[in-house]
Amino acid sequence: MTSGTLAGLVGAALVGLGLYGVIVDPQALRKILAFNLIGSGVFLVFGIVARKGAAAGLQSDPIPQAMVITGIVVAFAASALAVALTLRLFEETGRASLRADGGAKPGGDGAGPE
Amino acid sequence: MSEGASAIAATAGGSLLPLAILVPATGVLLSFLLGGRQAQRIAFGLMPVQFVIAIGIASFVWRSGEPVVYLLGGYVPPLGIALRADGFSAVMLVTASLIMPAAGLYAWVNFSTPRGSTERRGPLVVWTLLQAVQAALSLIFLGGDLFNLYVALELLTFAAVPLVCLDGRPETLAAALRYLMFALFGALFYLLGVALLYGAYGTLDIVLLSERIRAEPAVWLAAGLMTAGLLAKTALFPLHLWLPPAHANAPAAASAVLSGLVVKGSFFLIVRLWFNVLPALPGAVPGTILATLGSAAILVGSTLALRQERLKLMIAYSTVAQIGYLFLMFPLGSGPWAADAFSGGVMQALSHAFAKAAMFLSAGLIAESLGHDRIAGLGGAGRAMPITFLALGLGGLSLMGLPPSGGFAAKWLLMKASIAAGQWVWAAVMLAGGLLAGGYLYRALAPALSGEPPNMKAAPRRSREGVALALALAAVLLAFAPPPFFAFLQIGCPAASVALR
Repeated sequence: MTSGTLAGLVGAALVGLGLYGVIVDPQALRKILAFNLIGSGVFLVFGIVARKGAAAGLQSDPIPQAMVITGIVVAFAASALAVALTLRLFEETGRASLRADGGAKPGGDGAGPE
Repeated sequence: MSEGASAIAATAGGSLLPLAILVPATGVLLSFLLGGRQAQRIAFGLMPVQFVIAIGIASFVWRSGEPVVYLLGGYVPPLGIALRADGFSAVMLVTASLIMPAAGLYAWVNFSTPRGSTERRGPLVVWTLLQAVQAALSLIFLGGDLFNLYVALELLTFAAVPLVCLDGRPETLAAALRYLMFALFGALFYLLGVALLYGAYGTLDIVLLSERIRAEPAVWLAAGLMTAGLLAKTALFPLHLWLPPAHANAPAAASAVLSGLVVKGSFFLIVRLWFNVLPALPGAVPGTILATLGSAAILVGSTLALRQERLKLMIAYSTVAQIGYLFLMFPLGSGPWAADAFSGGVMQALSHAFAKAAMFLSAGLIAESLGHDRIAGLGGAGRAMPITFLALGLGGLSLMGLPPSGGFAAKWLLMKASIAAGQWVWAAVMLAGGLLAGGYLYRALAPALSGEPPNMKAAPRRSREGVALALALAAVLLAFAPPPFFAFLQIGCPAASVALR
């Protein structure tokens, strides 16, 4: 098994683990961590693509690396937004879980936002 | 392919394309810089500019009959990144530049900062985010590079999610968080597909990719991942669970933008993916899968809408159903009927954008005037606020697909195409969806038009009713789109133009 195949399998495993966490765990914080696992798996795949140098037969293609850096910035921003929302939800309700009864019930006070 | 050669060189009018993204983005930065007291003025100052730019882009596409292209920094793809506007992008740009100010005019009362008053957080956030949504949508409609489109998709999410929880109630926070989870899941799947495509072909430019792509396992995997991710963002059944609480709990102006425009952003990318990037793949099986999910969305969404007790939730579930119609164009993408199917899908996106924005704004007015939006408590309200209910009803006309309305034109074209293709199942689903839509609209409108004395807290402002009515009339006017409009929609769509020949 070449190192490229191994890295690809690890990337796939990370995505799979993260996906399992996102779907199964109702805790918002664990979901956010699981997202970052998926993200790491995807970035690893980008790393292998860079190594392959598909674009120009270079030893290492810089374009996927630039994409990974952009992707990391985006993932960081997404995590920050998700953590801020989770914190606010915890402050308001004392829980940070997204179970089916997690406040999305129809009904409420009925009125619009104002 | 001569089209490929022309689509990677800059064309006349190309310099308008970056402006469509930069103008709202500048508005966002200026709003942060000058603060919440100025944000509203900045937003309203730039919205007419955005409209003029969108019309300018559309007229360049119209005159040349070909996509308008701009190369960022003058670098040619695959090294550089291209912005492209075809017929579909141009009409979506114009639609966004019309619905955004309408939502803004509606939100004017709730989120204004009179001269001399102190800065509040609400107005700053609303006006900044609306401009951010506009910038992200422009980038989605114009982006010619799949990774660039990933960034646009995330920008759209980051701008749209906080709009859901503006008032900070716990249920809106939970709805926003769930929306964000679905959106992030979708974006990462899309990104994984992008990585696979880059690994296989060494470019992410849409035109160059479409020339190189062959039906290989890696491409099928990438297509599946990207489509699944985008479906989660578009809220196609069964990935629709996040949409009703998010759209129903947001302030009315935000709901109008989210339901009318934001879900169309990711839908637009699915169309781009299958019609512009992957025309080389045999589309029958994936098209049938998408349309089957769409049919399920129509039936399940409409049935759930029938059972809602709150008007806004009913309208939100109706969005789930109407999104389903969008996907009926995919199994009809090749053959002599492809042009009709494509026009029908685009028409559905346009008419739903206007109709649903009108309906959410009407529902917001109803909720403000009655103090609630329970359908059971709407008795007689139609007589107290006739213009609002007229807007609601005209929007509903388009959802049902009754003439004259844009929704009728869309469903007529899709039905014609599905019958021509011998795939009458989709036509049957559309008819059933129309009946169900009639049912849930009747449930809301019948008590409102009854003779009971209405129980009003306050009368709605005429100007805000007018905004909702104007949007509903726009949805109706789409029914009168002349044939050249449909030819315009086909500009730059390889799959449909092949079929036209």
